[in-house]
Amino acid sequence: MKRRKFNLMLEIKNLHANVNGKEILRGINLTVRPGEVHAIMGPNGSGKSTLSSVLAGNPVFEVTEGEVTFEGKNLLDLAPEERSCEGIFLSFQYPVEIPGVSMVNFMRTAINEHRKYKKQEPISASDFLKLMREKREVVELDNKLASRSVNEGFSGGEKKRNEIFQMAMLEPKLAILDETDSGLDIDALRIVANGVNKLKSEHNATLVITHYQRLLDYIKPEFVHVLYKGKIVKSAGPELALELEEKGYDWIKKELGE
Amino acid sequence: MQEEKDILDEVTTGDYKYGFVTDIDTEIIPIGLNEDVVRLISSKKNEPQWLLDFRLKAFRYWVTLPMPEWAHLQIPEIDYQSISYYAAPRKKEGPKSLDEVDPELLKTFDKLGISLVEQMALSGMAVDAVMDSVSVKTTFKEKLAEMGVIFCSFSEAVHDYPDLVQKYLASVVPYRDNFYAALNSAVFSDGSFVYIPKGVRCPMELSTYFRINAANTGQFERTLIVADDDAYVSYLEGCTAPMRDENQLHAAIVEIIAHDRAEIKYSTVQNWYPGDKDGKGGIYNFVTKRGICKGDSSKISWTQVETGSAVTWKYPSCILQGDNSVGEFYSVAVTNNHQQADTGTKMIHLGKNTKSTIVSKGISAGFSQNSYRGLVRITKNAENARNHSQCDSLLLSDKCGAHTFPYMEINNETAIVEHEATTSKISEDQIFYCNQRGISTEDAVGLIVNGYAKEVMNKLPMEFAVEAQKLLAISLEGSVG
Repeated sequence: MKRRKFNLMLEIKNLHANVNGKEILRGINLTVRPGEVHAIMGPNGSGKSTLSSVLAGNPVFEVTEGEVTFEGKNLLDLAPEERSCEGIFLSFQYPVEIPGVSMVNFMRTAINEHRKYKKQEPISASDFLKLMREKREVVELDNKLASRSVNEGFSGGEKKRNEIFQMAMLEPKLAILDETDSGLDIDALRIVANGVNKLKSEHNATLVITHYQRLLDYIKPEFVHVLYKGKIVKSAGPELALELEEKGYDWIKKELGE
Repeated sequence: MQEEKDILDEVTTGDYKYGFVTDIDTEIIPIGLNEDVVRLISSKKNEPQWLLDFRLKAFRYWVTLPMPEWAHLQIPEIDYQSISYYAAPRKKEGPKSLDEVDPELLKTFDKLGISLVEQMALSGMAVDAVMDSVSVKTTFKEKLAEMGVIFCSFSEAVHDYPDLVQKYLASVVPYRDNFYAALNSAVFSDGSFVYIPKGVRCPMELSTYFRINAANTGQFERTLIVADDDAYVSYLEGCTAPMRDENQLHAAIVEIIAHDRAEIKYSTVQNWYPGDKDGKGGIYNFVTKRGICKGDSSKISWTQVETGSAVTWKYPSCILQGDNSVGEFYSVAVTNNHQQADTGTKMIHLGKNTKSTIVSKGISAGFSQNSYRGLVRITKNAENARNHSQCDSLLLSDKCGAHTFPYMEINNETAIVEHEATTSKISEDQIFYCNQRGISTEDAVGLIVNGYAKEVMNKLPMEFAVEAQKLLAISLEGSVG
């Protein structure tokens, strides 16, 4: 346990980012080590989703200042697909539908791209199907869903489960869950959260982005950060989430003198 | 699975890989077109008088015609006098076996991935390869002959089966049909002939590979397929050409005839050289393809994957004459850079209870223009005719165009005709979603496009489906991002 504290996974320093010329992130600093779960909370429009998009490399956002290091590599130099292969996974808030592309085909392509990146041979058909079966169970995903087109006609809950299923398949080092709880009923929330917890180990880390405490009842963070106007304005332990749940964000704004 | 992997690998390196020129001793007649040229072509092929007469009639009609301009295509004026109308790999006698075929030629077909020798030995697919104007070698002839199946070059058919050829030639596409049909009828050089006798299911896919090699030549081949009562055949056509700065002309005719309860499946993977990314060079592909379901309960199915050519003008059609006959048209047309395609089908319902299905998937990228043009005609006596048309367009850039021109002429009130059309775009969100899972943009486009075209690709015979998937991805390389 002690050693891992010195083992940096993600280090964000003074990160600034724009979208369409408007500055959204205004100097983020954050350090994540293997085994840790961080929650990032904050009011609407504070930049939470932007942070996850920037880490994943969405080209819509322009990084104007700062640096991001992931396992010693300059993350900002890597293409989005390289970041994925390096072990960064983003569970999307709004997973997009890709008509005509079956989940099987999509996942097999993704897995094989990851393997190619690691200079491994493509996975065999039987191993792949076995893996699909195994990982489906993590989020109780129906076999039928796996044979449908990517997210096409999936309900909100199915889409989120499908995200965590993909996470299980790709076994990332750093999972970023962008409002994974939004649009989920309590049962779906439990399934999704259990899925995430099953995948947790001392080698990987999780960044949970959420509005609400309720997801954090299931996925327990060690660190809670409040993002406000593009900056992390407060960091503490899990008790901070409870406090926010109780009091809202106004007291933080007050603390900041607003 | 490994194959799909290879496809994706290839996407990252792919260019027009068929763009090589084979150094073969070729006999080319001087450029220009007049009656003497028509006579020369006919005499080079030792044709009977009736065929020469047919050619001359077609030629005399052709000179009276203007080039058609109704398609949604921008075609610079073509100087038909600057083209050579006959080019053939030089040979003393027709090759009797593979040993006698020019080794350079065999190497060409090897490069194209159709090793004739291998084909003969392994794949169980009969191949007729047409290089420039002449059919080079038809494999599996003997084996097919045992079943009474005739599969040979058009020239051979003229000599060996003159009655059949004379009976069916121009019976579906008369020389007066259109400008290019008249031109082809006058100067066609070779092609394939298929006859499946009554009750025979052709046990293997028949395939023709067309290759334009020589410069400044046009290719005008003619394919004639006849399936007698209760016969079945699946026929594949592939095409490639070298990369050249000038445009080359290809004007083919395909006629197919299905008698009672016969079924003909005709699949094309068209990959003529599309020109470079600035629109220089490329093949002008003006093709007339038409089948007639002559007999009751007969069926004709066209499947095409069109990725090549600078300009494509083709409308594989079905005349549904027999009662209960079925016509199908499945098409994927990809245009990138400055390519233009105006393609579709005609379904002419004459018989009772006739049924037609049209699935057209257009994919446009770059500065290209992609049009679907289709006619569904239900004639007065075509009781209970049914048609379902689905025309989808996928746009990959904001500088390309997708157009749909559906025509319907319905003269019988019992008809049920449906038309669906959609237009979609590959979104940046879809691409980023794929990227985030480790899939590069090129591969993501390949994945999405192949998914979009799946319904049509599934209609292709296995051997072709893989090649066609590769082609889709390669044709669109660099079109997004």
